[in-house]
Amino acid sequence: MNIDRRLLALIGPEKAPFVLSIAASTAVSVALIGQAAVLSLIISRAFLEESPPASLLPPIGLFALLSILRMLFGWLAHAGAKRASTAVRLALFERLTRAVALRGPLFTRSLPSGRLSTTLLKGIESLDAYFSQYLPQLFLALAAPVLILGAVFPQDPVSGFILLGTAPLIPLFMALIGRRAGAMTDRQWESLSRMSGYFLDMLQGMTTLKLFARSRSRRDAVAEAGEGFRKATMQVLRVAFLSSLTLELVGTIGTAMVAVGIGLRLLSAGLEFRTALFILLLTPDFYLPLRQLGLKFHAGMEGVSASREIFGVLDLAAESDHAGEDEKNPAPPADPGRSDIRFEGVGYSYPGADARALNNLSCTVEAGLTTALTGPSGAGKSTLVNLLLRFQSPDEGTFTLAGRPIGEFDPEEWRERIAWVPQHPFLFSGTLRENIMMANRRASGEELLRAVRSAGLEELVGLLPEGLDTPLGEGGARFSGGEAQRIALARAFIRDASLVVLDEPTSHTDPELEMALNRSMRELVRGRTALIIAHRPETIRTADRILVLEEGRLRASGTHAELMEEDAFYREAFATEGEERP
Amino acid sequence: MKTFLRLVRIVRPWTGWMLLSALLSFLATGSGIGLLMTAAYLIAKAALEPPLAALQVGIVGVRFFGLARGVVRYLERLASHDTTFRILTSLRVWFYDALEPLAPARLMQFRSADLLQRSVDDIQSLENLYTRVLAPPLTALFTALLLWLLLGSFSVEAALVLLAFHILAGIGIPLLSVRLGRGTESGIIRQRTRERLQAVDFIEGIAELQMYGELERHLREMRQAERKKLSLERRSALVDGMHETLVGLTMNAAVLAVLWSVMPLARAGAESGILLSVATLAVMASFEPFTMLPASLRHLEADVHAGERIFEILDAEPEVRDPDAPAAVPDRLPITAEKLSFTYPGSTRPALDALSFSIPQGSKVAVVGPSGSGKSTLTSLLVRFWNPTEGTLALGGNPIEAYSQEELRRHVALIPQRTYVFSETIRQNLLLARPGASEDELVSALRAAGLGHFRARLDEFAGQHGMQLSGGERQRLAIARAILQDAPVVVLDEATASLDRPTEREVLRRVEEAFEGRTLITITHRLQEMERFERILVLKNGRLAESGTHSALMKENGVYCAMWNLQHRRTGTEA
Repeated sequence: MNIDRRLLALIGPEKAPFVLSIAASTAVSVALIGQAAVLSLIISRAFLEESPPASLLPPIGLFALLSILRMLFGWLAHAGAKRASTAVRLALFERLTRAVALRGPLFTRSLPSGRLSTTLLKGIESLDAYFSQYLPQLFLALAAPVLILGAVFPQDPVSGFILLGTAPLIPLFMALIGRRAGAMTDRQWESLSRMSGYFLDMLQGMTTLKLFARSRSRRDAVAEAGEGFRKATMQVLRVAFLSSLTLELVGTIGTAMVAVGIGLRLLSAGLEFRTALFILLLTPDFYLPLRQLGLKFHAGMEGVSASREIFGVLDLAAESDHAGEDEKNPAPPADPGRSDIRFEGVGYSYPGADARALNNLSCTVEAGLTTALTGPSGAGKSTLVNLLLRFQSPDEGTFTLAGRPIGEFDPEEWRERIAWVPQHPFLFSGTLRENIMMANRRASGEELLRAVRSAGLEELVGLLPEGLDTPLGEGGARFSGGEAQRIALARAFIRDASLVVLDEPTSHTDPELEMALNRSMRELVRGRTALIIAHRPETIRTADRILVLEEGRLRASGTHAELMEEDAFYREAFATEGEERP
Repeated sequence: MKTFLRLVRIVRPWTGWMLLSALLSFLATGSGIGLLMTAAYLIAKAALEPPLAALQVGIVGVRFFGLARGVVRYLERLASHDTTFRILTSLRVWFYDALEPLAPARLMQFRSADLLQRSVDDIQSLENLYTRVLAPPLTALFTALLLWLLLGSFSVEAALVLLAFHILAGIGIPLLSVRLGRGTESGIIRQRTRERLQAVDFIEGIAELQMYGELERHLREMRQAERKKLSLERRSALVDGMHETLVGLTMNAAVLAVLWSVMPLARAGAESGILLSVATLAVMASFEPFTMLPASLRHLEADVHAGERIFEILDAEPEVRDPDAPAAVPDRLPITAEKLSFTYPGSTRPALDALSFSIPQGSKVAVVGPSGSGKSTLTSLLVRFWNPTEGTLALGGNPIEAYSQEELRRHVALIPQRTYVFSETIRQNLLLARPGASEDELVSALRAAGLGHFRARLDEFAGQHGMQLSGGERQRLAIARAILQDAPVVVLDEATASLDRPTEREVLRRVEEAFEGRTLITITHRLQEMERFERILVLKNGRLAESGTHSALMKENGVYCAMWNLQHRRTGTEA
């Protein structure tokens, strides 16, 4: 019945408000029964015994008191459930973001785009209905009918039996029809989201539609698709809603049976009017929580399926390789600008992959020099860089700086020594200034300007309406790939680290832009230790050292001249490589 | 309030449906009240121990209302869903209609797919405008009216008392909770937007965050945003709870007050004492629709917020409008520009600066220049996505503003740098360019574009949810479309930039074959086989720097020559 153990376990530390909420809603039911008793007393006195109104004041006062209590407890139950639910959500949000942060970029890239953010935002949000509505309602649907039955049975067993006999029909029908109807409606909602996908498609392609002078005629297609969807859906709903009709009927027919029953027994004597009214007042409230449970069933289901997604991501994150090594006495790292970085017998395989990405690789990144990393795609170039950046750690072998394994250093401090320029830099929402300053928050305004100039961004900044304070991303300025790379270069300049790790952009349609980037790159690596994943022949040729990787091993290394002489593969690669083919 | 009225105006065509659903909703609630009233009548009557026959009315009533409530509720759910879908469709068509004249010029700032996605979500949430916002107050009003009439027929005083409590529950308390909860719903939506941006930054930018030691800071900010959203949600739940509590208290107070006011009547005769229990149960049941009002208010605030965001996009003035009396497009279509200038809104530097040139019908012309020199702006003006800021651009002797936009675009085919492929079949994607095209025409267009192998895949889905087309396949699909479009003027805007050299050469050869005899304008960065053009226009900083044939330009030793040397020196040394 929709109770997921793992989901329930989330409540763990937030038990108090939950228990409070359940206790409060039980109190609501008790107050309700009390009110029915008092009200039936008042009416029967006024009606049959013709008591003077003044004599009725005490029970009226009691009724008022009970109603205030009932409402306050109701409010408490409501607020308690919401409080518990938000606490669970916050805890889960933290857990999920922490888990993702710990696993780093390799993990986020392994998931389809959009899945993580949907899980993080919509997924957790849809747990709210489960905790703040469905669970409390579930307890209420168990507690309230039992309490009411307990009040009715001693007064009139026959009505008690009618209630007892009809009540289980509701969950029964819910289980029988609800599941099938639920699946049907689910499918229909899915096609609704496909419909809105179609609509979005038309909007995104509107410029293309205009180019073919079709934008106006497509309007009718949108209307027709909507109409078609409506007809199909209504056909499904006609059947699906039968389930709620059945539930509704059980409730109302039960009420009618109780009412007619007590009416007839009043006549044949044996039943007092006050008791009859008492039972009649309680009957709708007997069925109500059960019916509402049916309404909230869907919300609960949604929460359960969302939780599967959330736990799925958490489990994946727990399995996947992570770089967070056990930090036993992290030591401050040496300066990679002065000491060599050595890889010795390094091996790495991606989880689930058969072939090894790196296999017994040994090589050196020499201090103060520019080392170009080349080789066919899949040779292990990015894996090597990922290890160096500590996005992942080697399965075997070591890599050392000044003779000390890098795993000994604190990852944060290690990364502080690195300026990194990826091939596809990410630009954050925020201003251009923030996007550059993130690489070094201590940098002065002058350093910022120098970085902007060195990266060749000056002209671009001049053209932007608000200069460096122009917002980026949604609704703000949008940058091309080449511009994003220059922003990443500016980050690297302002970072002013002794080790530069650079993934060279593959190709550009604009040769002039490529020249400009190249100039900036050269300025960046000057006087620093640099490791470049090189794609352009020119970069490789001008590097101090070249490492040629092949199938996870070092195939050859040396200067351009040495390699042209010694290595047939290197020679051949350069003979056939056009500028657009790395 | 203004936004709300504008939204209501959009759904007005469905007034009849909405009223029908509201009526059914009222009948369902009414049946519930009827059930309790007749049941109360039944037992009160029975307490007076009349003959069994006298109870028949009550018994029949109870059974009738018991059945009716379920059945009417079923009909109501069908009707309200039907209405909702109708409203959703008309909202979409309305949004499409309003957006169409704005594309693409006014949507530049909204280019991001996310923003359109947000609008689609906003529209989706507006579908609730009827069921969640308009219907509950209507039902509450109808129910209240019924009760006043029923009760008023016995006692005007009791009806007035009930009226007072209904006003309190239906107007007073909602106003209070609107006051207390003001801003929470839109605050939550704003917070959600913020969180979405943060989440994208976090997930896509996690490598940068880690490398620059910013991860902790970002996590902290995300947690803060989530906390803020949750506290707003708690506040909204608290206000809701208060609302519910107050309505409940009002109901109990109303029961007591009505009871008190009819008590004197009951004393007059035993028979009328039945009224006591009937009225009590009726009053209780009549408050049921009032408990739906807080949700209705919350949805109102969310809908108004969604509406504001949509109107913000749609309230822009379209860049281009059709002329009142569009001219017919002549047969011969030479292109002439005179002192053509264009400046993008918000920019200080003109993208095109007093450009003059002419392209005779049927000639092959290239437009070259470094990025940012205004090449693509020229294309946008040619298909009239923008109007020139100054000067004229004429086609076939008339300024292009003289034609209707659709007529103009039928005569000028543009193959853009990035083409959009719809999530439809390949066939549908092609038919876009010529709706009545035969199978043979489709296949020969595909073949001409170098996509002959697609003939067997015509009915496969392309685009986001279908087969993944490579960049080269997309571009060739765009060329196939342009071939089908069969326009006398064809513009290739960096159309082959994403293809590798051999494929590019192959495709260009096919394009030239297919467009033989048409005016062919090629916009390009890469200076390859430039001898094939009759004229080359060289743009720099929005101005026409030079023009002429390849050999003439090379002799001039200017901008063009420098570009050519830059590109060919490098490939030359590598080969």
